[in-house]
Amino acid sequence: MFQVILFNVTNGLIIGAFYVLMALGLSLILNLSNVINFAHGNFLALGGYLAFTLSPALGYWGALLVSPFITALIGLAVERLMIRRVYNRDPVYSLLLTFGFAFVMQDAARYIWGPNGLPLGLPEFLSQPISPTLFFITWYRVFMVGVVIVAVLGLFAFLRYTQVGIRIRAGTLDLETVASLGVNISLLRTFNFALGCLLAGLSGVLAAGQIGLNPNMGDDLLMPSFIAIIVGGVGSLIGTLFGGLLIGVAAALTTVFYPSASEAVIYAIMMIVLLVRPRGLMGEEGMMA
Amino acid sequence: MSAEIGTGATAGAIGTRRTPAVPKWVMLAVVWAILIAVPYWLPLLGGYTALAGRVLVFGLAAMGLNLLLGFTGVLSFGHAAYFGLGAYGAGLTLRYLAHSTPLAMLLGTLLGGLAGTLFGLLIVRRRGVYFAMCTIAFGQLWYYLAYSWNDFTGGFDGLRDFHREPIGFGPLTLDITDGGNKFYFFLLAVFALAVGLMGLLVRSPFGHTLRAIRENERRARFLAIPVERQIWLSFSISCFFTALAGTLYALLNNFADPLALHYSLSGYLVVMCVMGGMRTFWGPLVGAAVFVVLQDYISSMTVNWMSFVGAIFVIVVLFFPRGLLGMRRTRKSV
Amino acid sequence: MATIRVSINRRTLIKSGFALAGSQVIGAPFIVKSLADEPIKIGMVNPLTGVLSALAQSEVDGARYAEAEINKKGGILGRQVQLLVEDSANDVGTGVQKTRKLIDRDNVAVILGDVNSGIAYAMSQVTNEKKIFHIVPGGHTDPITGTSCKWNVFRICNTTTMDANAVTPELVKKFGKKWFFITPDYAYGHTLQDAFIKALKKAGGTFEGDMLPINNTDFSATLIKAKAYKPNVLLNNMGGLTQINCMKQFTQFGMQKEMALGGALFELESVKGCPPDAQTGWWTMEWWWNQPKVPEVVKFVSDFRAATKKTPSARDWFGYVGMHTVRLAAEKAKSLEGPKMAKALEDLELPPDVALQPGKVRYRAGDHELMPNIFVGEVHPPKGEPDDLFAVSALVPGEEAAGSVADTGCKMVAPA
Repeated sequence: MFQVILFNVTNGLIIGAFYVLMALGLSLILNLSNVINFAHGNFLALGGYLAFTLSPALGYWGALLVSPFITALIGLAVERLMIRRVYNRDPVYSLLLTFGFAFVMQDAARYIWGPNGLPLGLPEFLSQPISPTLFFITWYRVFMVGVVIVAVLGLFAFLRYTQVGIRIRAGTLDLETVASLGVNISLLRTFNFALGCLLAGLSGVLAAGQIGLNPNMGDDLLMPSFIAIIVGGVGSLIGTLFGGLLIGVAAALTTVFYPSASEAVIYAIMMIVLLVRPRGLMGEEGMMA
Repeated sequence: MSAEIGTGATAGAIGTRRTPAVPKWVMLAVVWAILIAVPYWLPLLGGYTALAGRVLVFGLAAMGLNLLLGFTGVLSFGHAAYFGLGAYGAGLTLRYLAHSTPLAMLLGTLLGGLAGTLFGLLIVRRRGVYFAMCTIAFGQLWYYLAYSWNDFTGGFDGLRDFHREPIGFGPLTLDITDGGNKFYFFLLAVFALAVGLMGLLVRSPFGHTLRAIRENERRARFLAIPVERQIWLSFSISCFFTALAGTLYALLNNFADPLALHYSLSGYLVVMCVMGGMRTFWGPLVGAAVFVVLQDYISSMTVNWMSFVGAIFVIVVLFFPRGLLGMRRTRKSV
Repeated sequence: MATIRVSINRRTLIKSGFALAGSQVIGAPFIVKSLADEPIKIGMVNPLTGVLSALAQSEVDGARYAEAEINKKGGILGRQVQLLVEDSANDVGTGVQKTRKLIDRDNVAVILGDVNSGIAYAMSQVTNEKKIFHIVPGGHTDPITGTSCKWNVFRICNTTTMDANAVTPELVKKFGKKWFFITPDYAYGHTLQDAFIKALKKAGGTFEGDMLPINNTDFSATLIKAKAYKPNVLLNNMGGLTQINCMKQFTQFGMQKEMALGGALFELESVKGCPPDAQTGWWTMEWWWNQPKVPEVVKFVSDFRAATKKTPSARDWFGYVGMHTVRLAAEKAKSLEGPKMAKALEDLELPPDVALQPGKVRYRAGDHELMPNIFVGEVHPPKGEPDDLFAVSALVPGEEAAGSVADTGCKMVAPA
């Protein structure tokens, strides 16, 4: 039993790492632009499908590198053409816009790539388990966690040490002041949105290798990311990180004892957090009000 | 985040004492005449009465939501939860408790309304997108509950094996078991009662404080309006109305399924409000009519209906943010 | 014109969608023709969007193919046939609404659908109320022709019990009787697992298992448990994409060396979505295209391929049989009235060019369930041609797998 629990905690961390990558992108956009990107799951699917289309030409590794950037470019175009127009309006408009656009993207994916599930081929060695005892940890999962760690460290370094990154962080805290200091807010938001989509695209390529591709794939992954953000505390990227890992582990542990509740448990965690600590585990007071 | 569409002056709402070009009673008479005559004119246009029933149900749900969204200026993106709870409450009552339609409606409405009231306590201090986000996540909690609890709710397949029962009024019995015109008029009667109540609420002093909060929360606070309490009340009341609509939905289908709790339905309800005009009283009904009918036709026309529905959202947001009735009002007030 | 010609031309439809909607609204009441010129309308409600869309699309393709075939041979009762397809979006409320629409507005004579058993059941409440003949081509849960059977409802695909009973002896004989179940937590999964447990207990077996959410994506936790239990067979009862993910993780974890894999259904549409190393295990097919010894099947498959550019799956066959069933019932009853058609179809035997398999295939009068052969065998990566993915090892007669009518719990009540 102890071994089963230990295995599942490890497994939960792996899944949690994946939620983190997705939730961080969502969180970036939410913090700076005050927009909940309902289409985030669809950008994820887009990243995966692009990798599927590109991998015959570029190979798996090429697709892994290129498709997140194409996703980001498409995200950039979407932001410039549509989302930018609703920043200064009641939040209901930005929600409806991304919600509706998510429908269009999902349908487009179904139209272009078909309703059937598609597998994304992986290099042979990645689909082997690392050892007979740890049979449930394939090299692909190790690789996935590695990519997530690199991406998260990269993101935090970017936000800390580059000028654009510092502006994004400053804008999250006080957009008006940043604007009055002569920063082009509009461009900053566009860039930030594209950065969020880049993370979504990367998550998509990783997810495609693990669970395959289908037009609805983003839907199932969107809600856990929401919860990760609420649990971790809106406004705190570190909080999102811990929130994602926490719900990953919680869901995996529930599967040991009561498998059919493994989805419901993450919502229960959210309710408890809202009840006990409304601003989230790492949220700063005032950020959520 | 107070930069809303339309300032207080132009956003004409019920209760502002400007004289519109059409007298109000004419407007009301037209609305009700159209609604009552549905079974006679709809089939001539190639519609069917069950579709009109759907419009009424979603119209009521959207109008309920609009008390919060349009009249208080607070964004809930999780109202499907209360709609679905109403539906499940009614269905569960009919299936397990008693074969009584009124009791089912009462218990369903209470279930959805009280869930909203309790949850409202947790989140009244949140605003804007954060409020919306909490409402979505809370709504999904119920979705997963209904979908996982197979033995009680029927799980993914939905709750079945119940049907609406004839309603007795003393010696008289109203038999609504077949889905025809009688049931439509029953829906319309419930709708009329609920909407009448809503109208009274909106004109009451309470309704005025809600609009004060919407237009300028800080000023409302200075005027000693208990903002949190009013928002909480508004949220609860709105949940009760939406739950009532949910019970009607269960009666309409003789069925309750988890998708009635799903956040995509919340999105539909919000777009109905915005499309019809969320600063107007009747807007959500108009939005519901347009949305339900369009979706019905488009989804028969092409499997790519999701693109069209999504495009409707995008077009409404980018080009008709004031909604159909909202446009009419602004044009007049210019 | 308000039909979904999905297989033919989507783009033009998108463009003309709104125009059509308009003309439909205005034009409908003014078209009055004599009944004999009017085509017979058959309505189909299926989840063309959502997770079951691939299966639903195949049923539509099969039905469309049959529609063309029937019309070429003079239609039904001398009238042409028109198939109207509506999307239930895998949502019960929408499915019910579309059923009402087809009956109330389009005046269809027959309803076909739905792939999702929950929706199929809800639709049957409507069709029963309206006394409309209803065929369920591909919704599997038992009650539709069992405890909830109705005089107007007939089913083509097998019940979960039939599939489980067909494959269980083969699995026990080949691998052993210690089993581990991975089952989706809803009505379909429950009835399927119960059927397996019943059949397994009869053989004296033991089991353990997990019920998982329907759209579960990660199976590691359950597979960890399964491995610790050391079963002879792992029963994968998940459906669609989740079934594929479960198989993929099973093979990635190297568990195929330690236990056999099997289950009730692993449909052609799903097998094709798997990478080759997950195209494995022992399953049932409810119909299989590769039957070189049956001349009708060989002809059907080559004609179908020529017309649709794809190999027919069991789902295509369901749709095909559905349309021909309407023809057979109407011609025997010489009427389109629900009660008469239902009466005519009871114990009616399908002709060989519709049954498309050896032996006698009939709709059993007691529960209105079709009694075809069940194809038990092993799924393998493509051999020779891309759709040759399954080797049939046994043909189990449906009657044998279904048990008696009394076992199904169906008490048929004649129409009032």
